[in-house]
Amino acid sequence: MRAPEMLLALILMASVTFYVLLGGADYGGGVWDLLANGPRRQEQRELISNAITPVWEANHVWLVLVVVLLFAGFPAAFAAITTALNIPLTVLVIGIVMRGSSFVFRAYHTGDYRTHRRWGLIFAIASTVTPICLGVVVGAISSGHVLVRDGISINGFLAPWLGTFPLVVGLFALSLFVFLAAVYLTVEARERALQEDFRRKALVSGAIVAAMALGTFLAARTGAPQIYSGLLRPSLVWIVQGATALYAIAAFVALLTRKYKVARIAAMLQVGLILWGWGMSQSPFFLQGDMTVSAAAAAPPVLWALIGATAAGLLVLFPSIGYLMQLFKANNEDIPLH
Amino acid sequence: MSDIFAARSQMAMSLVFHIVFAAIGVALPLMMVIAEGLWLRTRDAAYLCVAKRWAKGTAILFAVGAVSGTVLSFELGLLWPRFMGFAGAAIGMPFSLEGFAFFTEAIFLGIYLYGWKRVSPGIHLLAGAIVAVSGVASAMFVCLANGWMNTPTGFRLVNGQLTDINVWQAMRNPAGLPEAIHMILASYCAAGFATAGVHALLALRDRSNRFHQRAIAIALLVGGSAVVAQAVSGDALARMTARNVPTKLAAMEGDFQTRSGAPLHIGGLPDVRTRETKYSIEIPDGLSLLAFHSPHATVQGLDKTPQDEWPNVLVVHIAFQIMVGLGTLLICVALVGAWLAWRNGPLIENRRFLQLLALCSPLGFVALESGWVVTEVGRQPWIIYHVMRTSAAVTTMPGLTTPLVLFTGLYLILAAIVIWLMSRHVIASPREAEIRAIAGNEVPLHARP
Repeated sequence: MRAPEMLLALILMASVTFYVLLGGADYGGGVWDLLANGPRRQEQRELISNAITPVWEANHVWLVLVVVLLFAGFPAAFAAITTALNIPLTVLVIGIVMRGSSFVFRAYHTGDYRTHRRWGLIFAIASTVTPICLGVVVGAISSGHVLVRDGISINGFLAPWLGTFPLVVGLFALSLFVFLAAVYLTVEARERALQEDFRRKALVSGAIVAAMALGTFLAARTGAPQIYSGLLRPSLVWIVQGATALYAIAAFVALLTRKYKVARIAAMLQVGLILWGWGMSQSPFFLQGDMTVSAAAAAPPVLWALIGATAAGLLVLFPSIGYLMQLFKANNEDIPLH
Repeated sequence: MSDIFAARSQMAMSLVFHIVFAAIGVALPLMMVIAEGLWLRTRDAAYLCVAKRWAKGTAILFAVGAVSGTVLSFELGLLWPRFMGFAGAAIGMPFSLEGFAFFTEAIFLGIYLYGWKRVSPGIHLLAGAIVAVSGVASAMFVCLANGWMNTPTGFRLVNGQLTDINVWQAMRNPAGLPEAIHMILASYCAAGFATAGVHALLALRDRSNRFHQRAIAIALLVGGSAVVAQAVSGDALARMTARNVPTKLAAMEGDFQTRSGAPLHIGGLPDVRTRETKYSIEIPDGLSLLAFHSPHATVQGLDKTPQDEWPNVLVVHIAFQIMVGLGTLLICVALVGAWLAWRNGPLIENRRFLQLLALCSPLGFVALESGWVVTEVGRQPWIIYHVMRTSAAVTTMPGLTTPLVLFTGLYLILAAIVIWLMSRHVIASPREAEIRAIAGNEVPLHARP
């Protein structure tokens, strides 16, 4: 790779992808906690909680990595985003605080059912609001309204994000997280009946994802015209879109035929490709229509240092994550966590 | 309230809140690993009970620390976007490395907390040790970034922009490492004394309980050795400050006049109008001795700095006096404890000493927060010393009082809940039967090859 800024942008995209595939599903789990229903309501909530407990903090760190790589490698973009999108980002961090703390508080309120449920409700609501904010931020970045000059947001502090398109992207993000969580939980459920519950939930939310994808595409026509026209032009993006559709179908078929592990891989590929499709249609811009990746980037020596540090960090990180996942996600759910 | 004041207050409040959890996140894993190591060696079930209780505490505190730390990483941009746009590339490296240290901490904490029954005892202990080490690494990287704001290096300033940034040189800024060591020791000291004090309070009511006896021994060992080492680290940091950030040192000492053989002011109230520090105990040549290890060295006073570049001298001086005073007091407590333990055996027999420990419980944290006030307020009006003013860094977003009120309310509620949870689940006296039950549950599993 000749341009270090593109390489770091790819690393950033990969970190976003990991955050969505791992951390996103933890948010989705919170939504399913909110929507738990039927005779196995209690069991559903327990399954979700056991699935999230040992891993959510590690999964959350991907977001921290995204933020620090963003301000270290692309300080101009970080400054512009945090200025123009101050309000949704503030709501986002409040959501993050409420979600994390209510989750751990709930875990220690096992004795008193009503308090336990109250924390569970805060956890579930925060798990719903936070992904919407994330999507709104992504939508705003794509819409071309984030314009900051000399520290002043030209479109003020509402217009950059308060529109149909960012809000639709917010709901789209939520639907993706919810879908991922349901698919993962079909694999993690030990009981047949619970598996069926989450299979049904996965199918319904998968259909919602498809509808939301179409809705986002239509909203982009006026909300993010540059991206919209980019999607229509024949390019590599089409192949990515095609592959996304194929994996979506594969995930559906696998769910219908109860091949849950296959469905998990297909769903992960589907969601990952949606992200990369977005990234490709966004490129070469960092902030759509205003700031390119190279304009946002720090000087090459800084970028190379960051790339080197990230590579070294990942060498330690991936075996550790693999070990964590193997301990807690490899069909040994019968061993108690405490 | 002006927006810059609201922004500074929100940043200060977020840091004051987060720093407590971060400090405990540095120190508690070490204490918990020591307890588990002692359990594996001695098979004394009380040690296992201590390790498990502290692990529970770590779980709660780490979660709140993780989310409040995330808030800070966003607040850097939400409150100071112009600072981040200007200097993000220069301070990004330590933050990125901190990201990986945080990752390691979170992963192995997950394994430690929920893997008691899934990994062998040796691996479990190792996971705890990795948590303790990565906590220290996180603290170090964050302090290296803060050190750069005090003594910026590794760039050239051309047309008001940072150019030729060398991130490694920026990380090796003069303030970074001394500050990091001081902060890490402060974490051990604050968390150690807080834990020892709380267990001492409970032990006063339940003195036969071996749980508290073990807990106090470990906590005091960690906190006490840290506070003694802190004297050396503080001296190194002060000498670095005298050379590189003389205005801050002058404010800390309430020293308005540049002179050789500068006296040390203990206590007192600096009066900016008359430019003197009243009601203090003066030790002749004391400051020159401390700052340069020579009685006749010239120490720069505030008179060498234009008054519009002074920090709030009163706040910095008083915060510094509190930090040093409490540090000295805790050193005395640690030495008395060591002497009593050596002469009379178990400290838990000594009612007076337990009372003293209980009284000292919050003092380590008060000292730590005061030290943080010294370094942050002492750097003002600069966000990057002699490079960028804080007023030039603040966001253009209006109405910053609203997020200030929101986050203050949120953090107050969280603090109340955490205190309540800790008192119920972590530090309440366990009955002897509970200690045995924990061990009974664990022994066969841990005995497995």
